[in-house]
Amino acid sequence: MNLKAETLSKIDEVITHYPVKRSATLPLLHLIQEDIGHLPPETSEWVAAKLELEPINVLEVITFYPMFRQKPIGRRHIKVCRTLSCALVGGYKTCATFEAEFKTHLGEVSPDGEVTVDFVECLASCGTAPVVLIDDELHEKVDAAKAKQLSDQIKAEAKKR
Amino acid sequence: MIATAKPDLVTVNIDGQEIAVPKGTNVIEAARLVNVDVPHYCYHPKLTIVGNCRMCLIEMGMPAVDPATKAPVMDPATGKQKINWIPRPQIGCGTNVSPGLHVRTTTPMVKDAREGVMEFLLINHPLDCPICDQAGECKLQEQATGYGRGYSRFIEDKNVKPKRTQLGPRVTLDDERCILCSRCIRFSKEIAKDDVLGFVDRGSYSTLTCFPGKKLENNYSLNTVDICPVGALTSTDFRFKMRVWFLKQTNAIDPESSVGANTVVWSREGTIYRITPRRNDEVNDTWMADSGRVLFKAVQAPDRLSAVKINGTDSAFDIAINAAAELFKANAGAIAVVGSGRSTVEEQFLAKQLATALKAPSYLVSRVGEGDKLLVSADRNPNVRGALVTGLIRTLPSAKLVDLGAQIDAGKIKVVVTLGEDLAAAGLNAGQLAKISVIVLGTHANSMAGGAAVVFPTLTAFEKSGTFVNQQFRIQKFLKAVPPIAGATDDLIVLAKLVGAAGGATLPTEVYALWKSIAAAVPALATTTFANLPETGQLLDATPFSALPFVEGETLHYKPAQPVVAAANA
Amino acid sequence: MPAPAQRRIIFQHIDEPGYTNDISCYVRHGGYEVLKQAVTRKPEELIDEVKKSGLRGRGGAGFPCGVKWGLVDRKSGKPIYLIVNADESEPGTFKDRYIMHQDPHQLIEGTMISCFANNVRQAYIYIRGEMPHGARILEKAIAEARAANFVGPNILGTNYSCEIFVHRGAGAYICGEETGLIESLEGKRANPRIKPPYFPAVLGLYQCPTIVNNVETLCHVKYIAEHGGAEYAKIGTPGNTGTRIFCVSGHVQRPGYYEFPAGTITMGQLLNDVCGGPLPGRTFKAVIPGGSSAKIMRFGERYKGKRKVGTEMVDYDWGVEDVPMDFDSLGMIGTMGGSGGVIVMDDTVNMVEALANINAFYSHESCGQCTPCREGSLWMKKISSRMVHGQARPEDAALLKSVADQIPGRTICAFGEACSWPTQSFIAKFGDEFKQYSETKKTAKPADAVALI
Repeated sequence: MNLKAETLSKIDEVITHYPVKRSATLPLLHLIQEDIGHLPPETSEWVAAKLELEPINVLEVITFYPMFRQKPIGRRHIKVCRTLSCALVGGYKTCATFEAEFKTHLGEVSPDGEVTVDFVECLASCGTAPVVLIDDELHEKVDAAKAKQLSDQIKAEAKKR
Repeated sequence: MIATAKPDLVTVNIDGQEIAVPKGTNVIEAARLVNVDVPHYCYHPKLTIVGNCRMCLIEMGMPAVDPATKAPVMDPATGKQKINWIPRPQIGCGTNVSPGLHVRTTTPMVKDAREGVMEFLLINHPLDCPICDQAGECKLQEQATGYGRGYSRFIEDKNVKPKRTQLGPRVTLDDERCILCSRCIRFSKEIAKDDVLGFVDRGSYSTLTCFPGKKLENNYSLNTVDICPVGALTSTDFRFKMRVWFLKQTNAIDPESSVGANTVVWSREGTIYRITPRRNDEVNDTWMADSGRVLFKAVQAPDRLSAVKINGTDSAFDIAINAAAELFKANAGAIAVVGSGRSTVEEQFLAKQLATALKAPSYLVSRVGEGDKLLVSADRNPNVRGALVTGLIRTLPSAKLVDLGAQIDAGKIKVVVTLGEDLAAAGLNAGQLAKISVIVLGTHANSMAGGAAVVFPTLTAFEKSGTFVNQQFRIQKFLKAVPPIAGATDDLIVLAKLVGAAGGATLPTEVYALWKSIAAAVPALATTTFANLPETGQLLDATPFSALPFVEGETLHYKPAQPVVAAANA
Repeated sequence: MPAPAQRRIIFQHIDEPGYTNDISCYVRHGGYEVLKQAVTRKPEELIDEVKKSGLRGRGGAGFPCGVKWGLVDRKSGKPIYLIVNADESEPGTFKDRYIMHQDPHQLIEGTMISCFANNVRQAYIYIRGEMPHGARILEKAIAEARAANFVGPNILGTNYSCEIFVHRGAGAYICGEETGLIESLEGKRANPRIKPPYFPAVLGLYQCPTIVNNVETLCHVKYIAEHGGAEYAKIGTPGNTGTRIFCVSGHVQRPGYYEFPAGTITMGQLLNDVCGGPLPGRTFKAVIPGGSSAKIMRFGERYKGKRKVGTEMVDYDWGVEDVPMDFDSLGMIGTMGGSGGVIVMDDTVNMVEALANINAFYSHESCGQCTPCREGSLWMKKISSRMVHGQARPEDAALLKSVADQIPGRTICAFGEACSWPTQSFIAKFGDEFKQYSETKKTAKPADAVALI
């Protein structure tokens, strides 16, 4: 696994938080995903060796939790909330707008490689619905117009790079 | 001997029947004792409890007591103590008996719960019965018939999952049929200690998987097929070969090692199709090794001996017996008997009679391998202890017949009778073999049969009935599953004739009748008969042999008396 | 009667201009004074105060906190763990988010007081994976608290030590279930455990006695430690003490968070006075009072019966607007207070589509361990999706109800109830809409219709 030195030291540190090594499975997967961008196939065996587990124990966890992805995604990750409170005030339209803006479909990498749009379950900010997580930032009251605005912003940031 | 402590007994009431059961028994087992069937999938008596199938839901209640005085509260309608029935059904597998526990399995609540679970299990289940090997022994079929509603209301699309995946060399997996009971995962982890199986994804899309790149190939992989309640895990070898309702089941013992795992041999019209384990809580629980399951293939192997031969030429049985008798007369006092740890107790008894009649020394050949601490022991002979008990040998055998070789070199032994052992493989060199005449009783061609003086084709363990004494000194019987192949003769008949030819007594050749003679001659077996031998076997007194350095280490239900020193193979 | 005033105890500083989430701001406002007092008291005293307070869990189940603490096995000799359930995932609920992002030290102080009271040496905060900022804020706050000797070894000069670590989830609602959470914290799939025997108070994290408490609940503990259980019990109503944070979302003018003494505000007051009533030109149609798992209420229906007020049995005859917002009243009329997530739907909403949205949520989140929930939740989702996007049959209403009826009471955990109550209550209250849906579908929708599935 090609991990940064910083990631490796964070991994060693987080393992000390738990009396049983297996508990560090989710933290390790988060750290690896933040480093590489996704969890490549060798992740299960690497984490299993690190935590004295069997590889299947790690694969079971990776596939259970939707936040873990085994394939690369676009440079930006747009997660639109699908659940009732956001849907009631237009969440589906918001999602469709993002998909249209980047000419992509759910779960795929957009043709320009810039985004992946996912329709996720309740993000726990229902009072400011519709809500969207773009990478780590939560955006509130994202109707179709604001979705277009945010898309434009993402495209602008992409151009600058 | 210390008397076993009487377990604490707890009285419970199941569907109106009272029964006292040992503390720690769960409700499914307690119900079984009063012939009440509690349907289940994920529960298995030898695996940890997970309680996820929810099929064993039943109604439970405890006797009502006044919280303050602890006095029983009576029900005026019945005059008996009132029972506080829990409004929600409870799982039977996860509930251990407690004093006064009341269980109902025939109420509308239970009926509805079972119909509900059955319906849920069937909605994503593929309509594979016509092509599924499990048909006829499928828990889903049985419990749908017994406890299901009988019709489907599901008109949506069923989930699609990988079908006919090769999980390993011997197991095929169909994920659509899997009901996610997790028995296979628990078995692989807890018993086989090979944690390669798990569920990936979530919810109704959960899929049983072997870790990509790894295989389910440990020597106990086929037990997952046995315990899979449906046709998700199936035996690749048995796939599409035979419908189980056509098969005859014969109780047998695995001859692979001295563990003596109890088995069932499944056959139809003289052909064996598969072997599965048989439950014996003292020997092998509900498991057996994969390597023992293929042994039946030897029955119809191409190198099977099927013709009586004298000096390589086909002959007839009686002529061959006469030829053997001639050899005995001509070489009186210079004959040896090489018995086998694979022979049955009955054969070893007759071999001993032969050796006595011939005044011949008797030998055995050892087979030592690595024990796997589970159900394959280090002693790959199933019945060395039978030879000890019948007196055929007094000490443990060695791998090579060095003593016998020396005797032959010295000219003291000129005829050897071998009961299935290949003398060349057992250490006799070409020079020694050239000096002797060999009388072979054997099942398969080996280097001996070609140069033997007389060859009698005999039977594999699957074609005869008999007993083995396992590593626990437990004598266990197995029954004949299939008729002998044409040309082969029962070992007992050959041996009895040879005993007669050697001037010994005429002995019965039928196993039930022979036991009268065995019981009379062998003190350890004085009270045993083949007919009365219990299904779980009978423990013999091992003390006369306690000083012998048996090679086996620990297995599932066996601990060596002393720590095992590495076997010195002479 | 107009609504009473809010009583912002837990949310005192939320969205307050100038209030920041660092320790110096918290201490300036009197923070950690309660902890300083608490560690000088006997732990049993603190537990007693919580028992007297009548505090009920704010995560959704409403289980009395003092009783939960009382069940902990203190005789086994095993270490006792405390887990902060910060996995706020119940649709419609968004209160813990604000506490953790804007006032994290309140949570830490409440957690430390609870740990001290229960002789806990190691606590974990299990937070939504989707709240990465929240996790960082909490970690920073814990570091600040440790530096000030409020967390870690020898707290405030006593020989009581307790460490807190933040643990991030990764997108599973079932991690909000206490034993599912424990399994996830142990590094496995979040499959809830069978109870008996795996009650967290006895066999929890690493098979040791464990307390799992909601974020808001622990903040209430801080208040109780400061003012005493009896004082706390004066707030709210008997059996429903303290304040509740209501999270209102959906079709109201002013969705958001509102903190009131429990039981002192009615649904009508909350939705009309506080939240400004329905959107222009619309009328209220339905409301889910306690997170999407709670049974739905239909505007226009009436609830009648007798209830205990003081020592007397009194008649009640309520419309939806009259129902007091507390655990017991809502429980009495056939729904629940739950997590306090109030989801409002107006007359533009088609109930078949709303149910389809909810069913999709539950089928997606089912862990898949036990048969009724795993298969039943997906079947209900398939039926309701088919009704909206494919063929809808009048008998689908009865089929949905029948499927839903086969789930509750038969599962390992309360997810069985959670996934089936919506279907049961939607069909019960809006059965006509379901039966007629095949006809309703034929009419073209207005261009600005909001898709729910």
